[in-house]
Amino acid sequence: MKHVFTKSLLLTSMVAAAGLVQAEDVTLTIESWRNDDLTIWQDTIIPAFEAENPGIKVEFTPSAPAEYNAALNSKLEAGSAGDLITCRPFDASLSLYDDGHLAPVQDLDGMKNFSSVAKSGWSTDDASVTFCVPMASVIHGFIYNADAFEEVGVAVPTTEAEFFAALDKIKADGNYLPMAMGTNDQWEAATMGYNNIGPNYWKGEEGRLALIKGEQKLTDEGWVAPYRQLAKWKDYLGDGFEAQTYPDSQNLFTLGRAAIYPAGSWEISGFNAQAEFKMGAFNPPVMNAGDECYISDHTDIALGMNTKSENPEAAKTFLNWVGSAAFADLYANALPGFFSLSDHDVKMADPLAQEFVSWRSKCKSSIRSTYQILSRGEPNLENDTWNASVAAIKGTETAEEVSARLQKGLASWYKPQM
Amino acid sequence: MAQVDEKKPRRWHIAVFLAPAVLVYTAIMILPLFGTLQLSLFKEIDNNQVFVGLQNFRTLFGDERWAASFWNALQNNTVFFIIHMLVQNPIGILLAALLSSPKLRLRSFYRTAIFIPTILSFVIVGFAWKLILSPIWGIAPDLLQMVGLKSLFAPWLGKEQYALVTLSLISVWQFVGIPMMLIYAALLSIPDEVIEAAECDGITGFSQFWKIQLPLILPSIGIISVLTFVGNFNAFDLIYTAQGALAGPNYSTDVLGTLLYRTFFGFQLQLGDPNMGSAIATAMFLVILIGVCIYLFGIQTRLRRYQF
Repeated sequence: MKHVFTKSLLLTSMVAAAGLVQAEDVTLTIESWRNDDLTIWQDTIIPAFEAENPGIKVEFTPSAPAEYNAALNSKLEAGSAGDLITCRPFDASLSLYDDGHLAPVQDLDGMKNFSSVAKSGWSTDDASVTFCVPMASVIHGFIYNADAFEEVGVAVPTTEAEFFAALDKIKADGNYLPMAMGTNDQWEAATMGYNNIGPNYWKGEEGRLALIKGEQKLTDEGWVAPYRQLAKWKDYLGDGFEAQTYPDSQNLFTLGRAAIYPAGSWEISGFNAQAEFKMGAFNPPVMNAGDECYISDHTDIALGMNTKSENPEAAKTFLNWVGSAAFADLYANALPGFFSLSDHDVKMADPLAQEFVSWRSKCKSSIRSTYQILSRGEPNLENDTWNASVAAIKGTETAEEVSARLQKGLASWYKPQM
Repeated sequence: MAQVDEKKPRRWHIAVFLAPAVLVYTAIMILPLFGTLQLSLFKEIDNNQVFVGLQNFRTLFGDERWAASFWNALQNNTVFFIIHMLVQNPIGILLAALLSSPKLRLRSFYRTAIFIPTILSFVIVGFAWKLILSPIWGIAPDLLQMVGLKSLFAPWLGKEQYALVTLSLISVWQFVGIPMMLIYAALLSIPDEVIEAAECDGITGFSQFWKIQLPLILPSIGIISVLTFVGNFNAFDLIYTAQGALAGPNYSTDVLGTLLYRTFFGFQLQLGDPNMGSAIATAMFLVILIGVCIYLFGIQTRLRRYQF
């Protein structure tokens, strides 16, 4: 009995091995959390690559976003992970590189097309090694219901005063909820709230880097002021916003019941499919007319190479292609709202995506303040920022109180802030 | 044991029948339990697991922030448990008493209807109640409006002071069928002679339940309390599906399970720390162990049992 079992095991593995030998094509497997994009990869991106590179087959094998990090880590430990690894920005990928799972890629030809800011999400702290090829960023701003704006008679706001005047007017009109956001899921308050409007106050990269160096504190005016603005949002959110979830907010807006939606550009394709009214977008309003504007243009997704890949040459070919203009064009148009991080001049067809990306030329780009280095310790600054932003909006704590709390937490483990 | 009677053949079938359960239980419960205990005594330093003794526990109870999260979670677990004990089990007993009343018609319908939520997945229960209570689309505000009590409505799941109680009551709704079934079975097992004798002595109605039936089902109530205790201190699913891993608002629904999840697997930018996570899991295990021991040695031995 046992013999039969062993024999059959041997036989199957031999058959499997023979199958591998027979296949002349090299097959690359991509690990990813973007299961939403499966069809786009299968129908658009992979065929384009395979047409250019005969002999290399590519398989896109995504897992659920919430499980991705844990699943990927186990696969890498077990040696069964794919050849190409989709990289989360900053520490999640950095720890993979430190553990020897991701290969350095800074010497690839394709890497010439990326700026240092684009590479910052996937480089070591001293920027000497880059371990993933940047694919796309997401930009924050506000999406608005253009029909509602016209009906109520408000113009697109450019300053904070205009912004709140517009909200007041929409509220007084009563037909539309001024702003669709809830605090139940917490992250919107931080990501679409604090990190959306914040760069205007802390002056983008200038403030972010000063915070990392320890030259600024979270209790400085630039970091407290965004919480003060968030506290004012409360009056413009819907009844019971405390229990309003992220999908609730999305539905409120796409059903045409809300006028303004604090957004990330990843919403674009979903909103295009759902909303039946005209939409527009504006960047976070500045304090005074004529001020320099800053936007959160956050490095979000990249692709790296598994050091244990059996086909490193083919994997490098693919990564070089990811750095090319052809890929940038394909990806940005297949997924409007995910903007290429490369220096190539990408033409996008979607008007809303065009509006978002146009801010890159008039405003200064920065990334989310909590992502690089500052969320490495315990208490985790990103998680605390979610909690703090919610507290500021609800009014359970003042802007000064939450800032003091965050600073205390950061200073408890981060040396430059001690 | 075989020496007692040498003529008797070894009873291999006992081992054979026990084997599957023992093997499976050892592989998926006992080994991981010891693995967790072991993991909690180590710490990752420069990519190596180093033995650090009880240092993780010192951090957990000594560090101001860790201790605050831990005690907050334990306190929430306790509130969760108390609400179950005060609401779920009395209602379960009441329902069982009503069900066992001989005058009740449609008994099996009620029994099934009340038991159905128990077999539903946490995910369904969590999302369904989130929708019911939603201030935007939910039917709860509309229902309250119909009876003129709209002013009582609040976004319960989003308010710090109500969220934990709301979730506890949702869980009570889901699981009230279990005490009901166990007590119902216990009530049915009371011999008719006892009841008849009571009736002859003039004990009927409520005092019959209070003086005859309740003492006879006390052991079952004890078992239910232990099950509730273990279940509530292991709670995770409902809170995770309804409030997410951060157990908002402002950690007011954070239980040991969600704290363990965030610590062990990481959350968003927070990287997972299996060692600290195991320390929390071990603390959870000890809390439950102590609770169960208190019951087994302190209460169960004093319960009087009746043989018929």
